[in-house]
Amino acid sequence: MLDESAIQRTLATALRTGGDFAEVFVEDKRSSAAMLDDGRVEELSSGRDRGAGIRVVVGDTTGFAHTADLTDDGLRVAAEAAAAAARSGGGGVREVALTRQAAPRPNEVAVLPETVAKGTKVELLRRADEAARAEGGSIRQVRARYGDSRRRILVANSDGLLSEDDQVRTLFVVSTVAFGDTGMQTGYESLGRTVGFELFDRYQVEDIARTAARRAITKLAARPAPSGTLPVVIGPGGGGVLFHEACGHGLEKDLVDKGASVFKGRLGQQVASPLVTLVDDGTMAEEWGCYAIDDEGTPAQRNVLIQDGVLTDYMWDHLRSRKEGRPRSGNGRRQSYQHLPMVRMTNTYLMGGEGDPAGIVSSTDHGVYVSSLGGGQVNTATGDFVFGMTEAYLIEDGEITEPIREGNLIGNGPKVLVDIDAVGNDFAMGHPGTCGKDGQGVPVGDGVPTLRVKALTVGGTAA
Amino acid sequence: MSDLLDVADAVVAQARGDEQLEAYVGRSTDTQVRVYQGEVEQLAVADSLGAGVRIVHEGRQGFAYCGTFDPDALAEAVNEARDNAAFGEPDDAAGLAEPDGVEPADLDLWRPGLAAVPTDRKVALAVELERALLAADPRIVGVESCDYGDSLGETAVVTTTGIRRSSRATGCELVAFSLAGDDDETQTGFGFSLGRDFDELDVDTAAGDAADRALRMLGASKPPSGRFAVVLDPWVTAQLVGIVAGTLGAEEVIKARSLFAGREGEQVAAPFVTLTEDPTDARSWGASPVDAEGLATRPVRLIEGGVLQGFVHSTWTARRLGTRSTGSAVRAGFKSTPTAGCRAVTLTPGERDAAALLADVGDGVLVQEVSGLHSGVNPISGDFSTGAQGLRIRDGALAEPLREFTIASTIQRLLHDMVAIGSDLTWLPMSAAGVTLVVGDVAVSGA
Repeated sequence: MLDESAIQRTLATALRTGGDFAEVFVEDKRSSAAMLDDGRVEELSSGRDRGAGIRVVVGDTTGFAHTADLTDDGLRVAAEAAAAAARSGGGGVREVALTRQAAPRPNEVAVLPETVAKGTKVELLRRADEAARAEGGSIRQVRARYGDSRRRILVANSDGLLSEDDQVRTLFVVSTVAFGDTGMQTGYESLGRTVGFELFDRYQVEDIARTAARRAITKLAARPAPSGTLPVVIGPGGGGVLFHEACGHGLEKDLVDKGASVFKGRLGQQVASPLVTLVDDGTMAEEWGCYAIDDEGTPAQRNVLIQDGVLTDYMWDHLRSRKEGRPRSGNGRRQSYQHLPMVRMTNTYLMGGEGDPAGIVSSTDHGVYVSSLGGGQVNTATGDFVFGMTEAYLIEDGEITEPIREGNLIGNGPKVLVDIDAVGNDFAMGHPGTCGKDGQGVPVGDGVPTLRVKALTVGGTAA
Repeated sequence: MSDLLDVADAVVAQARGDEQLEAYVGRSTDTQVRVYQGEVEQLAVADSLGAGVRIVHEGRQGFAYCGTFDPDALAEAVNEARDNAAFGEPDDAAGLAEPDGVEPADLDLWRPGLAAVPTDRKVALAVELERALLAADPRIVGVESCDYGDSLGETAVVTTTGIRRSSRATGCELVAFSLAGDDDETQTGFGFSLGRDFDELDVDTAAGDAADRALRMLGASKPPSGRFAVVLDPWVTAQLVGIVAGTLGAEEVIKARSLFAGREGEQVAAPFVTLTEDPTDARSWGASPVDAEGLATRPVRLIEGGVLQGFVHSTWTARRLGTRSTGSAVRAGFKSTPTAGCRAVTLTPGERDAAALLADVGDGVLVQEVSGLHSGVNPISGDFSTGAQGLRIRDGALAEPLREFTIASTIQRLLHDMVAIGSDLTWLPMSAAGVTLVVGDVAVSGA
């Protein structure tokens, strides 16, 4: 992407006024998408983003600049701007000797998206549209979207690190609208992996489309969701966002350091039910949040955050682990070369337990069963968090009965972790997600087995 | 400015024969400062730029973008857009905007002085904000983030169909998130100040709001479930109005995704409710004289006296429905194609202030913040459920703080259940203005 001498010159410029640390992040990202809506292939689009972000750290101050101009001049101007922003004093000449480091890729990519004919991608959309509409006459609208991206990155820093990664992601999403006596309802299903077009050798877009259609049709008969505090059973795969919000963000060290996390100062303590072992793992092959290196050049790792209910570690980025003289965890990520990295999750999941999933439901007298969650949001300082249910049912007398309409559930992270009273043996990974923090979105994955929270507030309207 | 039009002209010059080509070119210069404990934590100064190319040929549309003005990259984007167009399916209504004789409003959105403000002053202002916030009350124990940001943004649209327009705007903001409490409890609050120019920013407003909003939550508990009259803070109302406005884009109507499709002329809201989209009002944060296809923006009546008047249109939706564009094309920057949408919606304010409305309500809940709007609100079905925090209203006055509850209804019902609109119209950094709003009957889920 850039030759080593250009990187060395840029780092030298960045450090010329005496920074403690300098880094060059180079990104070349190509993406393409195709959309079918309202029965018609509407549009194909393609894009390319290419540039470099340069940061200089002096004490606790980070200066940052980025440029789309990867010539020597462009890089020099950006390096000078980053150094000036960091307000480094001092001066002198520092040479950085770069050592190329290789990190294993979580998986290989068989079929690069740019080698696939556009017509082949478009054909997937038509198949999905047809399959969704075939699910029933109540399906009024179908939107199908195919997207792929290839993101090549290079990270080099004044510690001598030089590392590269080539990240390929492929996504297929179907959303539907069903129309009935009760108005309109929507269904959604997505498939995304950190692989190339071989994804569609293993998964059929018709299955995605049928699931999306079935969700909308099911909800036509849905009752208003209950209002109040109830036991909530979350189905396998569908509920990882619960942990992402209930404690994932609160275990990000940048928030912890500012006192903006309810998990501050709780390392080594029992923070959750002994049934809870929570892992963040950037090495999981093919999952949406995996990579060889994070956006600071650190190899991805598997990090156990909570072991049998005891808080074992936070997630870290380069600056914070450097400051505390501890190993990095591979959680420094950024949306693009135009952004500074910060502590982010990768694939966050609850380990499977020993419970029988059917038994977890049958031992719940009256509650809610959520088979698919939407997004969520958390206030890490108070621990209060919400997450949406996009497919959910009532549990009555130990049986899953009628579908209920959409809504949010609300809880408090530390309390919910303690209130988990059943964990099933049917672990499954969930859907590709985009996690937003401080205005930056990054791809993440999640997973859970069937689990039960003995009390959560369900935000419906029915008394 | 002219150089952006030059870039767009050079792209449009690459159009072939009978194809239509649009170049949408954008550039912004941004400064972001984050301070922590009196020092700069992060400082970023950067230019971002790029171009989106849309080609329509024989009713088929293709699109490509690049994040640079490098001529080779622009030429590649043109070729990619052309190639992409070959795979779309033809549509009679496809096509670029054409001049419609409406002149853009003369809006004063650009303050060149902002570019000349030295970075030191921006840093100093953010440091002052942090100091003021920490000094506001001994119970303010920390600052989660304290930021200054500004942006000087310019865009140009040129097409083979005769559009050639540009617009530009400046903006700056101070934003703080506070932490209040002690060892047992932490509550958070935010405050901000906005301006087009640097000297419009007010540290005291941002610090005072950030402190007050956190302090008044101290000791908050979870309310019992029940049905309540709910008073929405202007910040919350703006988010609700933004969701309603999102259902009034004509593309949603055409594609059978709007719950208001086919309901023009019907009473869809309480009789005193008037909702207007007006990007020509320079006070609005989303103000712009030109839309994302290069047409002049103009006021659009959406709801008047509670009766649905119509929808906002782009060129495509207008052609499809046999009407004229309302100059309401919006796009999320140069990386995406336009759709019909609102950028500056206002609920016409009433005559009484928030205190008078609280007194009328007597018994209810004030909602000062909502969460999970993306996960618990479905603008197609109308289901509405959000996390909330706020204060109990007793005997017409604010009482104890409440947290960890939800409010739920449907969008359709919320519009009919509106009881009163305050006089406190507030301009906010989003596509809708804020105002205090009373809604009569909302399900509150708590303990």
